[in-house]
Amino acid sequence: MTEEVLVADHTIEYTYTRSTGPMIGAFLTGLRDGKIVGCRGADGRVIVPAVDYDPVTSEDLSETVEVADEGVVTTWSWNDRPLLGQPLDHPFAWALVKLDGADTSLLAAVDVDDPSKISTGSRVKARWAEERVGSITDIAAFEVV
Amino acid sequence: MKSFLRDVAIVASATFETPSEPSRNEVEMLLPVIHDALGQVGLSQGEIGFTVSGSSDYLQGYTFAFVGALDAVGAWPPIRESHLEMDGAFALAEAVAYLQEGHVDTALVYAFARPSRGDLDRTLSVQLDPYTVAPLWPDARGLAGLQAQAMRDSGRYGDVPDVTPTYVGDGVTAVILATGDRARELTKTPVWIRGIDHRIEAQMLGLRDLGSSASTKLAGEGAGATNIDEAYLHVLYPHQELLVKDALGLDRQPVNTAAGPMMVGGLERLATAAKSIAGTGKRAVATATSGACMQQNLVAVLEGAAA
Repeated sequence: MTEEVLVADHTIEYTYTRSTGPMIGAFLTGLRDGKIVGCRGADGRVIVPAVDYDPVTSEDLSETVEVADEGVVTTWSWNDRPLLGQPLDHPFAWALVKLDGADTSLLAAVDVDDPSKISTGSRVKARWAEERVGSITDIAAFEVV
Repeated sequence: MKSFLRDVAIVASATFETPSEPSRNEVEMLLPVIHDALGQVGLSQGEIGFTVSGSSDYLQGYTFAFVGALDAVGAWPPIRESHLEMDGAFALAEAVAYLQEGHVDTALVYAFARPSRGDLDRTLSVQLDPYTVAPLWPDARGLAGLQAQAMRDSGRYGDVPDVTPTYVGDGVTAVILATGDRARELTKTPVWIRGIDHRIEAQMLGLRDLGSSASTKLAGEGAGATNIDEAYLHVLYPHQELLVKDALGLDRQPVNTAAGPMMVGGLERLATAAKSIAGTGKRAVATATSGACMQQNLVAVLEGAAA
């Protein structure tokens, strides 16, 4: 008598579609189009990146505001040992950048080859990726202007 | 400050820490430590009313990894159990809240981590905002550097120390809690939790004032952190000691700081504070922090009943 072995194929799938929502979605779509989009918070300040909920009152936010792709460094640190996946593969500065027209700051890499070339208050401008896909990595890095 | 419906005390604790555990997994590190803590007050796991743990599944590298750690306590017959993807100190806060309900009078809190198996700076970055931050893989040390520079720029702290490499250590801590008379039965030197509070700041780093710790200040007020004899602060990088002392108004008190293993260090601070003041009549503050640039902070006020 031959032994019957039951066989079933099993394919691992991720059968979900995720939406980034109206505000973060607007920010990411803006990046694809080469624009930086924030939103107006409940107290009137412009928050960048755009957020779905007000950070203080938690109310839904809906008014998008386009800001410049240039601004000032509000704080920074030197990264002398870039890790896999980070925006640049040579030493660079992490910075919070307050873009012109924004009231909050965005985390970004600033492409400078030496820490003496950046400080709080430095003016920086976004260097866009050659191919933009609607991701934060569409900003390749900021450069000191 | 909020008052408790039922007084809760730390009645026992045990801890194990090593820079890099070569062979034992999390469960194997936890087993002897949990049994040590239980043994100090003559309890068995079956007598524990509520069990809660703190750890990060990202450090183990798979979802619901914390469930496997239950092998260290034994989950049959079924136990009342909970878990936080946070430092174990926040799990202790959940246990204190649970004990207020009055259904049970003892709790076991434990925390575990073995970050030496990976690149901690890189692993922690996946906890950040998945759309606008995590794709940049920012290292924890680099983010802490933004905080240190913001402190320098504020001019409020004098010399701000440089950021050290992110501390990597493996370890576990277990703490036993008991309420009121049950605590007094179990030990002659219960350490009462007189206040405990934890607060969170905005997720977006660019929305926060990194030059101060608003959440530590609020938690300190909520926990009633005044008239403090000694401080046990969970500090991951040297500059953060200045932030916590400033937020809590600590100046003359002896301050004992440690980082400890990620997800364990905060609970270890509470355990160490309790051991230090047990039987002395002294009042200590212990803190715990979690998240990028101290996003979440917990403050506990402990009082060691005089023996």
